Amino acid sequence: MLFFMETFIGGLMAGVMYSLVALGFVLIYKASGIFNFAQGVFALFAGLALYDFIAEGGWFFGLFGFTLPIWAGIIATMGVMVIVAWLVERVVLRHLVNQEPIILFMSTIGLAYVMEGLGDIMFGSDVKPLDIGLPQGASDFLLDSFNLYVEKLEVVAAGTAAVLVIVLAIFFQKTRIGRALRAVADDHQAALSVGISLNTIWVIVWSVSGFVALVAGIMWGSKSGIQFSLSLIALKALPVLILGGFTSVPGAIIGGLIIGVGEKVAEVYAGPFVGGAIENWFAYMLALAFLLVRPQGLFGEKIIERV
Amino acid sequence: MFYREAGQFKTSYDADQAVFPILQDRVVIYAFAFIAVFVVPFIINDYWANAILLQFLVYALAAIGLNILTGYCGQVSLGTGGFMAVGAYASYKFVTSFPELNYIVVVLLSGGVTATVGVLFGLPSLRIKGFYLAVATLAAQFFLIWLFNKVGWFFNYSPTGMIVSPPREIFGFQITGPEATPAARYLFCLGFVGVFALAAKNIVRGRIGRNWMAIRDMDIAAELIGIRPLQTKLMAFAVSSFYIGVAGALYFGVWLGSAEPTEAFDINQSFLVLFMIIIGGLGSIVGSFMGAAFMVLVPILLKNIMVDGFDFAVGVAKHVEVTLLGALIIFFLIVEPHGLARLWQILKEKLRRWPFPY
Repeated sequence: MLFFMETFIGGLMAGVMYSLVALGFVLIYKASGIFNFAQGVFALFAGLALYDFIAEGGWFFGLFGFTLPIWAGIIATMGVMVIVAWLVERVVLRHLVNQEPIILFMSTIGLAYVMEGLGDIMFGSDVKPLDIGLPQGASDFLLDSFNLYVEKLEVVAAGTAAVLVIVLAIFFQKTRIGRALRAVADDHQAALSVGISLNTIWVIVWSVSGFVALVAGIMWGSKSGIQFSLSLIALKALPVLILGGFTSVPGAIIGGLIIGVGEKVAEVYAGPFVGGAIENWFAYMLALAFLLVRPQGLFGEKIIERV
Repeated sequence: MFYREAGQFKTSYDADQAVFPILQDRVVIYAFAFIAVFVVPFIINDYWANAILLQFLVYALAAIGLNILTGYCGQVSLGTGGFMAVGAYASYKFVTSFPELNYIVVVLLSGGVTATVGVLFGLPSLRIKGFYLAVATLAAQFFLIWLFNKVGWFFNYSPTGMIVSPPREIFGFQITGPEATPAARYLFCLGFVGVFALAAKNIVRGRIGRNWMAIRDMDIAAELIGIRPLQTKLMAFAVSSFYIGVAGALYFGVWLGSAEPTEAFDINQSFLVLFMIIIGGLGSIVGSFMGAAFMVLVPILLKNIMVDGFDFAVGVAKHVEVTLLGALIIFFLIVEPHGLARLWQILKEKLRRWPFPY
């Protein structure tokens, strides 16, 4: 039972990490209908940029001879992500307004290639340990009182994700920009006609998802170092997305938890019978099974088709 | 001036409905075919065959297959790499289990096996649509690769997990294995690609193809005018997977000679083929060829320019290549979202009126 609890909690925590990436997808999909495959690379890029601002091996240290304190590094990285968002809007999206979704999707894959290549050229492709002072190791409290082994870092990640969702919810529901974002998500043309600037909104949304990517990059980077494979977590986030529904923020979180737990439990209990390493495809099969019952995902908007 | 069909009268339905109704098109195509069949085999060498021509032919075939599904029937699939793996492993099993079997039959049978698997993974397409389906097809990709990695039966329990293509002959010429000449392998692939491209062109402009396009444009409306979505979509999945399976068999057997699932058939293959049909043009057979040529040649060109021309280190050149390729893809999508096929069409329109602009 204890072992099951540990597996279960481990799954939940892994799920939170997936959710962090999936959140970025949902934000962009909601506001612009673009399926942004580059989200994983965004997380990698943000992590690399942050590393370079705060670590002694980075560019910033090489140029100026000192490193930024962590808080300033995070703010500077935010700045980098805003610039990236602005560039993406300027160079790519502006020219592709009104194109078919698949064209936009492919252009984000192109974007992922560009950012991956640039990231490698600019920052090098070796694994970089990211240490911003997040607690490491097992949680003593849980270990002592319940005999459960849970990583502190994962608890922090779960807390961060919760805070992030609340902040995003407030941002979407209570602020002027949030209202504009929801209007754009509802209907591009209607939003334009009441004077909302699509271009500005897109820059904002891509910046916000850049921020989410930064958080994901920090969490994943603290866990396993910043490395190329970070860009592949996008592939982990996809089943989370279709399970939760492309358009739902809570869906991304709950989908992530379901996938995380399902994956871990299946790997531990069913994996040995079929030869193991089923984590790669189990999430997809689980999501596929869910989709057959609910084609729009758990919380996605119902797809109504008319002739 | 040179490209004008004035004066070419058609006196029969056959002539009117030919694949290339315009004389100049026919001349160009025949010239291409002549060069491809009678000139290239005599000047081909190992480098050209392995690095460029075989790669181009195999990917062109896969691109036609995916274009049938995505371009004509509107079902986005990211499982191409997985289906190519099915074709490759099926051909391996047929070749090793029935050594006397003609290799052409082997390739066709592997296409058939892949078609069956494709239909199986196409079943959800009836309920799941758009990007949900695209992500669902990733299930096929990851599951199939895992299967070929884990189940020893598929690779005959070879200790490395690799599959190696044994030597086989057609009409006395070796076409697989290390002894095969580049010309024989090239002609074998060319034959398949030529026949299958022609077949695809004729399928998509017939009743079946029109059904597919109706489903693509709006499946509910198509259902209302009497097209059965179940049969039509599954047909598209079957035909498309057949093509991709044949491409996979050629990819493994004739081009590479040996393969290992995680490297040769990973998700990047799926993206690569998808890029080919997007860059080449969705819903165009000629576009599939152009897209395959683009995605095969441009990386080689970039690499040659950077490594030989500017003395870049190979590692750096690889990153620069990826960056430039991504940028080029975005550039082409912005300039012409309908792909190279559309550019070709525009060019032909211009040529018709040349030297007058209107």
